[in-house]
Amino acid sequence: MNIAWNAITPYASLAGGAVIGLAASLLVLFNGRIAGISGVLGGLLKPRTGDVGWRLAFVGGLVAAPAAYALFAAVPAPHVSASWGAIALAGLLVGVGTRYGSGCTSGHGVCGLSRLSPRSLVATLTFMAAGFATVLVVRHALVL
Amino acid sequence: MPIVTALVAGLLFGLGLIVSGMADPSKVLGFLDLAGAWDPSLAFVMAGAIAVGLGAFAVAKRRRTSLIGLDMQLPASTTVDRRLVGGSLLFGIGWGIAGLCPGPGLVALGMGQPKAAVFVLAMLAGMGIFELLERK
Repeated sequence: MNIAWNAITPYASLAGGAVIGLAASLLVLFNGRIAGISGVLGGLLKPRTGDVGWRLAFVGGLVAAPAAYALFAAVPAPHVSASWGAIALAGLLVGVGTRYGSGCTSGHGVCGLSRLSPRSLVATLTFMAAGFATVLVVRHALVL
Repeated sequence: MPIVTALVAGLLFGLGLIVSGMADPSKVLGFLDLAGAWDPSLAFVMAGAIAVGLGAFAVAKRRRTSLIGLDMQLPASTTVDRRLVGGSLLFGIGWGIAGLCPGPGLVALGMGQPKAAVFVLAMLAGMGIFELLERK
């Protein structure tokens, strides 16, 4: 295995991860909810009385985060290499897949593993394996 | 109050994604590309998040209500079934194609990245398809 020593950001990633863990901790301790982005979003598509406000606030916070970050430092630009069509296909797969799988990187990966859920461990290992396999095919076997 | 705590949680979550580098799909793909120059940073993000989350979820599991008196709504299901595995497979394929999952998709949308807007719209459409198929 070839490690990208020039790209790895252990301290920033550990610190950012801790902030993500803090955010998930706040949401479960105060709202009694799992900070799973796909679950929070999905719940907005079948709105129930009294269950919409916190979802919109959480999603709004995520979208507003770059503006908040910009108050302190320049926001690093995201690099999206996939084509428009590939992005649309990816979005569809992520939308359908996270709802059938009951979670994504945040709900299963962060919250589920933090609460030691075997279901979330299986889900996390599954989507990681599928992600590894997909990048292997896309980057090394064919050109999308 | 629940609106305020959810807003703060969402904001912190997004800031954590930016600081950790995970709002950048090329960084995520660097982790998923085992055969290329591998960037293990995502594993550090997970480690940091889980190290903090372990304590909070241990407390949450023992409570019936939250600190502001709301019901503690933790998932009750423990069964591993085809829906869980099949859904996670589809999600992982989509994640590997774009390098975006739901959280970073929303944060990159907030950065004004046009492709993130397409990703989020397609993701909502995918979630809508799930609702149509599953709404009984």
